[in-house]
Amino acid sequence: MADITLRVNGSEKKVSVSPETPLLWVLRDTLELTGTKFGCGAGLCGACTVHVEGNPARSCSTPVSQVAGKSVTTIEGLGANGLHVLQQAWIAEEVPQCGYCQTGQIMSAAALLAKTPNPSDEQITQAMNGNLCRCGTYERIRKAIHRAAAGGGAR
Amino acid sequence: MSPLSRRDFVTAGVAVGAGLVIGFYLPRGGESTKEFSPNAYLRISPANKVTIVVARSEMGQGVRTSLPMILAEELEADWRQIEIEQAGASTLYGDQTTGGSASVRTTWDPMRKAGAAAREMLISAAALTWGVPRSSCTAESGRIKHAASGRSASYGELAAKAATLPIPTDVPLKASKDYKIVGQRVPRLDTPAKVKGEATFGIDFRLPAMKFAVLSRCPTIGGKVSSIDDKESKKISGVSFVGKIGDSSVAVVGDSVWGAMEGRRVLNVAWDDGPNKDLNTAVVMASLKEGASKKGSSLFLAGDPAKAAGRRVTAEYELPFMAHAPMEPGNCTANYQGTRCELWAPTQVPQDCRDSMATAVGLDPDQVKVNVTLMGGGFGRRLEHDYAVEAALVSKAMGAPVKVIWTREDDMRFSTYRPASLHQLTATLDGAGFPVALTHKIISPSIAAQKGQPTPNNIDPDLPDEAGPVYGVANYSIDYVMTQTPVPLGWMRSVYALQAAFALESFMDELAVAAGKDPLQYRLHLLAKDQDLPYFTTTWKTARMRGVLQLAAERAGWDKPLPAGRYRGIACFGCFASYLAEVVEITMENNQPRVQRVVAAVDCGQVVNPNILEQQIQGAIVFGLANALRAKITIEKGRVVQGNFDDYAPLRMEETPVVEVYAVPSAESPTGIGEPSLPPVAPALCNAIYAATKKRIRALPILT
Repeated sequence: MADITLRVNGSEKKVSVSPETPLLWVLRDTLELTGTKFGCGAGLCGACTVHVEGNPARSCSTPVSQVAGKSVTTIEGLGANGLHVLQQAWIAEEVPQCGYCQTGQIMSAAALLAKTPNPSDEQITQAMNGNLCRCGTYERIRKAIHRAAAGGGAR
Repeated sequence: MSPLSRRDFVTAGVAVGAGLVIGFYLPRGGESTKEFSPNAYLRISPANKVTIVVARSEMGQGVRTSLPMILAEELEADWRQIEIEQAGASTLYGDQTTGGSASVRTTWDPMRKAGAAAREMLISAAALTWGVPRSSCTAESGRIKHAASGRSASYGELAAKAATLPIPTDVPLKASKDYKIVGQRVPRLDTPAKVKGEATFGIDFRLPAMKFAVLSRCPTIGGKVSSIDDKESKKISGVSFVGKIGDSSVAVVGDSVWGAMEGRRVLNVAWDDGPNKDLNTAVVMASLKEGASKKGSSLFLAGDPAKAAGRRVTAEYELPFMAHAPMEPGNCTANYQGTRCELWAPTQVPQDCRDSMATAVGLDPDQVKVNVTLMGGGFGRRLEHDYAVEAALVSKAMGAPVKVIWTREDDMRFSTYRPASLHQLTATLDGAGFPVALTHKIISPSIAAQKGQPTPNNIDPDLPDEAGPVYGVANYSIDYVMTQTPVPLGWMRSVYALQAAFALESFMDELAVAAGKDPLQYRLHLLAKDQDLPYFTTTWKTARMRGVLQLAAERAGWDKPLPAGRYRGIACFGCFASYLAEVVEITMENNQPRVQRVVAAVDCGQVVNPNILEQQIQGAIVFGLANALRAKITIEKGRVVQGNFDDYAPLRMEETPVVEVYAVPSAESPTGIGEPSLPPVAPALCNAIYAATKKRIRALPILT
């Protein structure tokens, strides 16, 4: 066990867990932020995507010790003042079906727009290809990202 | 399973006198006693809160929006004031199983009648209150209005009075031309919570002081625990319990999911591999070949195919086991407390969970409560309730509330699989190359039989929804040979229809090619005459199949040449009482198909919500492409080989085509839509590959 401090959605959090615990389980079990999902435990599906220092990271494969002192953003903290433009676009395009993978999808898309405010189809595919959706919402995800980009990108 | 069938509800719901009869009135403590609840689907409070109960499970298919729309339409409700409530396992709603693309088609009548009865009672309440004739009052947007006097009252204001009135025995239902909600692209009610990360799936639900469990299960099918060495597991921080659950698994329980997983990682279990340690995929496929020599049970027969004269053509097709792999792995939360047990289950079968769990922990079904959570996909995997029984057993063994979580590897290796199957087709051709006789023999193990469910006449009870005739061929037979396998079988999206359609629609393409005819025109010729093809409780109509083929072809531009390097295939099929046709366009890259565009045409009767319809078809096509291209579960030494999304790979964004969806306008009662668009995908794709390469694919998956 170790005491580890990280900054989650703008607040400092001290957790007492074994240092190899994946960030995913610290978020879900310790901090009770359940918007970040468990899908594969192996970095293959992207359901657990969060931002670490602004970059997309697979929290299921990131030991919490690696993010000590770092800034972590989850879906709960994405829209600091109301809905993020991507969340609005996701609603407008009616993207989710079961919805389980969508928070991870949105976090990957947000990281893309932060660096590439007007992505091409190819750039979207490249950024989103690691996020699986068994309901098959990919084309609506693409449309929602274009919609958000047209509406002002990542704010 | 439940004392009231779906049909019984309708009768009983309108027959009761006062409306506050046990079984059809849901008492709610705390809130006003003057709440109006003419049936178990609806409550209207004096504060004008309109609550519609959804008695099917939401796994992404939109029932928490589409089913309330049906009731709200007849109620003449203001959609903005609707709140929904998810029913748990109950005795009030008949069979609550969510599957068979049946939620809309089986609740269409009860939900409409529930709404209409309430509307008529609210009109009566207003007429009595105002002392005016009923006929002078109208219901509109959540209010009853009296035009002559300009009076109006909200449903909430009339609730107390309405609750005292008898429930009408016969209620008028609206004509489809008057629909205001049904048929509209009403936004899904569950979308905002899902994009905010606030939606509570089964895996997200928690109780105070809840423990987390993972189970180590015998990797060999049918094997058992021999001995357990838990010394290392108990050294892991937070691990508080290691114990055998049933004959073939060991639970490791900790204060956190990660702790439980670590405890399982270092657990040493010796397994008794049991009778299947030499089982492999080749053995299973050989058992299908063996079954092919047997005479099957007749599913459909027109004329006498054996007597037809002409040139005979035959072909054989085979399909592998497949896994559902929903994004949310299996999980369930249980709280066993001696004389009662409560579950929070992401399940398609709340009543099965209730009954099996009660038996497993030694309680009566009425000592058990099952709450239904949101599901991160189902696709049939959650028609099983293994995880629910596990959770209850672990909670009982621990004496604490417990959430059982499956990892992705658990999900892949301990699933129930779409049955592998073999198909033999023959056609006897006339001089122009059209079949005067067509036979289709389906050889497959039966999901129902393996689960000990009845299979009258050796026919799996799913086949009547999923393996019907398509064409108006004078001599036409469909037969089924039931085989056995120890590999666990389950109902996976479209169940047997995917297999039947792959075989039939690939074969039709072969026949068209052999006849030198266009595959669309060839099919239309066999559907040219309006014919009824009775098949169990459905009557398939050639006219409706022709309609979707023509619509898909027209929208795909079938009569126009494709750009260089593009190829296309077409297929159609009917299942769950709906008709689908699809055109798949591909290019070939490095000798592999890349799907560029899919055009789907559907006839599923009245469309309740066009947006949800499109979602379901887009999703089923992506699911179907993954099934066609790569989905294959193999068995070696009695164990499932595949473990995660690397060796069982769903479709990713880069492989996803543009999907266009067109519905035939219809006021017929709605039929299934979650599954019927899946079966035509694989044959349409394989037919496109043939157009590109002249190579015929007779075994799935396409990429090996």
